[in-house]
Amino acid sequence: MKFGVIVFPGSNCDHDAYHVVSKHIGQPVDFIWHKETDLSGYDAILIPGGFSYGDYLRAGALASFSPVMSAVKDFAASGKFVFGICNGFQILCETGLLPGALMRNENLHFVCKHVNIRTENASTPYTSEIESGRVLSIPIAHAEGNYVCDQATMNSLEENGQIVFRYCDENGELSSEANPNGALSNIAGICNQNRNVLGMMPHPERACEELLGSNDGRDIFRSLAKAVAAAG
Amino acid sequence: MKAKVYVTLKPSVLDPQGKAIHHSVELLGFKQIADVRQGKYFEIALDDSVSEAEAASSIEKIAREVLTNPIIEDYRVEIQT
Repeated sequence: MKFGVIVFPGSNCDHDAYHVVSKHIGQPVDFIWHKETDLSGYDAILIPGGFSYGDYLRAGALASFSPVMSAVKDFAASGKFVFGICNGFQILCETGLLPGALMRNENLHFVCKHVNIRTENASTPYTSEIESGRVLSIPIAHAEGNYVCDQATMNSLEENGQIVFRYCDENGELSSEANPNGALSNIAGICNQNRNVLGMMPHPERACEELLGSNDGRDIFRSLAKAVAAAG
Repeated sequence: MKAKVYVTLKPSVLDPQGKAIHHSVELLGFKQIADVRQGKYFEIALDDSVSEAEAASSIEKIAREVLTNPIIEDYRVEIQT
């Protein structure tokens, strides 16, 4: 089982992702520079948070045109796992691997704090080790996490169980107060129809040890490792 | 030859930045402003060898595939010879 963490100019959560895979999942992992075009040999690709290309044009837009993203598209099409966190989620939307777009937070603030997210679909490769409805405490740190899509896309996300996480209060109730960025329907994370591509704004890689305030994020990585092992 | 590309949020998309600007404008005493929408403006210089037709089609493609996220934005292109 081999993981790869993509590094763009401006990525800044690449080492955190690498640390979690090597230390908490105990699997081999490489950094992959954005000019790479060959992803053979990898079973799962992580697209980390940060400010790729300084968020120029639109968050994630310029990264989506980099050479490695063509390879990531083929990698995802072959059914392998692609997990985008924060800027990684923005890049996956810009690339078209996930539907919708992430806009400027409704409150215009860069929001950096722990939030609660409810597990809406526990039968994805990223949530199999989490009970349905369980509330996870995971930090966010973004200015552009306001998820939007058209009504037809929203309907298909709902029908196909593609909404994986929603912002909620500590009791798991959805409310606008618990929504840190104005995201449509409190969406914090979605997957594609095949469930092998996940994007989420919160940072589970920053919530893998008690010392950091929560280790809830570890269960997402544990689920992914299990899915990768099962895929052989 | 020069091209100008205007990128604007689709009318259906909320624009929190435009709203904040509107609010500031009102604080300055401009009460007659009904709405403010923020957009992006690009100036693209083309080589002189390019024909107007070629320029129009390349800029159209650049506007559609790079400068705009079609989920949330529209664009308008002007070519200046």
